[in-house]
Amino acid sequence: MLYRSHIMVCGGTGCTSSDSDKVAERFTEEIKKAGLNKEVLVVRTGCFGLCELGPVVVVYPEGIFYSRVKPEYVPEIVEEHLLKGRPVKKYVYGESIEEKAIKPLEETPFFRKQRRIALRNCGIINPEDIREAIAFDGYKALAKVLTQMTPEEVIEEVKKSGLRGRGGGGFPTGVKWEFAYKQKETPKYVVCNADEGDPGAFMDRSILEGDPHSVLEAMEIAGYAIGANHGYIYVRAEYPLAVKRLKIAIEQAREYGLLGKNIFGTGFDFDIEIRLGAGAFVCGEETALLNSVMGRRGEPRPRPPFPAVKGVWDKPTIINNVETFANIPPIILNGAEWFSSIGTEKSKGTKVFALTGKVNNTGLIEVPMGTTLREIIYEIGGGIPNGKKFKAAQTGGPSGGCIPAEHLDIPIDYDSLINIGSMMGSGGLIVMDEDTCMVNMAKFFLEFTVDESCGKCAPCRIGTKRMLEILDKITSGKGEEGDIEKLEKLAKTIKATALCGLGQTAPNPVLSTIRYFRDEYEAHIKEKRCPAGVCQALLRFYIDPEKCKACGICAKNCPVNAISGKPKTPYVIDQDICIKCGTCIEKCPFGAIYKK
Amino acid sequence: MKSIEELERIRKETLEKINLRKDRTGIRIAVGMATCGIAAGARPVMMAILDELSKRNVTDVIVTETGCIGMCKLEPIVDVYVPGQEKVTYVKVDEKKARQIVVEHVINGHPIREWTIENYE
Repeated sequence: MLYRSHIMVCGGTGCTSSDSDKVAERFTEEIKKAGLNKEVLVVRTGCFGLCELGPVVVVYPEGIFYSRVKPEYVPEIVEEHLLKGRPVKKYVYGESIEEKAIKPLEETPFFRKQRRIALRNCGIINPEDIREAIAFDGYKALAKVLTQMTPEEVIEEVKKSGLRGRGGGGFPTGVKWEFAYKQKETPKYVVCNADEGDPGAFMDRSILEGDPHSVLEAMEIAGYAIGANHGYIYVRAEYPLAVKRLKIAIEQAREYGLLGKNIFGTGFDFDIEIRLGAGAFVCGEETALLNSVMGRRGEPRPRPPFPAVKGVWDKPTIINNVETFANIPPIILNGAEWFSSIGTEKSKGTKVFALTGKVNNTGLIEVPMGTTLREIIYEIGGGIPNGKKFKAAQTGGPSGGCIPAEHLDIPIDYDSLINIGSMMGSGGLIVMDEDTCMVNMAKFFLEFTVDESCGKCAPCRIGTKRMLEILDKITSGKGEEGDIEKLEKLAKTIKATALCGLGQTAPNPVLSTIRYFRDEYEAHIKEKRCPAGVCQALLRFYIDPEKCKACGICAKNCPVNAISGKPKTPYVIDQDICIKCGTCIEKCPFGAIYKK
Repeated sequence: MKSIEELERIRKETLEKINLRKDRTGIRIAVGMATCGIAAGARPVMMAILDELSKRNVTDVIVTETGCIGMCKLEPIVDVYVPGQEKVTYVKVDEKKARQIVVEHVINGHPIREWTIENYE
């Protein structure tokens, strides 16, 4: 039976955590009640990208986008929209209403500038139904390579496309495949790195949740290209929904004969196993990941030998990231030229970014390489909340650096980011406004890497810890002349001597904040002042004599009796006694107390 | 999966069912479904349209509802939008007429003029 309307309810982790399950159930119930269950289909999908506005519901064929849907809105939507054909304007995503008309979601500012290749099926298919993946060309690229292309041709096509690793390093994918292809040793292995660990990055999770078959298909294509028959997906156990959907996808692919023996009757065999990681950041580093796949302690080892030579079980192995894999089938189907026509000279295609922090449209976006930060933040991201000013954006998470306002207009690609002292990383993009203290931000990321350092090599284990101690000193008002230089010296040594990518990039947030916001470091050290008003130890509390009504409430509530005053004259805070707890600010009925 | 033909068969079969999520450029049929339309029997008309389309394996046609256009006494009203052509509005449609509209107008491309609003006296 043909359904005239499809209700797509987001089932990504973001929307599920805001109860999209209940919304979907309610739709099924109400649709049945209204007698529409033969004409309207309810589908659970992967992430749409606008996580900020979850639970998200899209109604096709119109493409009407409902945001922050509560179960109690559902009866009205069913009654009005599905029964009578009148979209319920008050629940529709505000940005899609232009000149009183409701636009389909593709025409909203959030989606208009995007170009979806890796996320092509996310939000459009039911990820738990392989037939829906097949409907939108799933496994068609696999069929093409198995019947019409030699392994050499596949590698050549990927090389020509200019695709570079989306996990952070930006290494040309085709070159990596060629290394493994040339190895004589067998068996060979294909590994998918789904150990996404950057704070704030969730594109790999969303692809696995929204379109797992694109990754399975690409791994098989890679296997055919290098001569491997076995693949591992290394995914963190903290992604239960992604793991569940992957398992379903693998089972269905086996059932349909798209994994296993003699695929398409061509004699090609391939199977995939899931390996769960325990959530150590370092296991995203490829040599540590290999160890973990084999059941050993997740510690990196020196390279060479590279995994393409000695990988899983010491055999030739390629390791690609989830997003990289998701780009492979469209490249095979549409050709290298199509792919390389998108993007910049040295960075081809698109990149998925997880847009978070101080930005209106938090979520997942995919844009052509070369899009500027300004377009991402102000057009797609909808700008910065509460009319605050943009200060910087952090790319590449704890391995990357910050981009200050002066670079808002550079086209973002692998090389331009490195030139300004940051890096692409896996695509986390954290936006910061004027209320962010850059020293504190650098400290946050360094705390993360200190925590996640595996401890195998001294520069990372000891060096990052010393850097963190200096940052602690600075933010607590005990900074001394020479601290910045000490940080720089340590950073350079760690970068040059740490064993793996984790240590080599750990100092980046500190170096880039010093590069662009040295004045903030100096204000902390020389003037004992935090310009953004964040570092608690450097703040002082004052009572505005103009606003103070001398009521005495602050003095009564001060736990250390630091406030004194007489009736009819403004109260004052004794800075030597004040412990900066903030109670007085909370209690003052006139808003007369401020911190600076 | 034994062959590419099998994959292609599954692809086509499923695409027919879910293509309305991606490709929304074909012919659109809108059935008036306000209170007046429903009271006049718009729902069986819509079901007949869906059934006829599905029987004839027509999948690139979108069927939607629309509201009241103020001519309640002419309900059920069905609009057919063919890209590049003027909209055709049928009035006082019943199940039988609906099936014929699908066959003659939507599939064969010949509007049935005597049932359109211009010709209603």
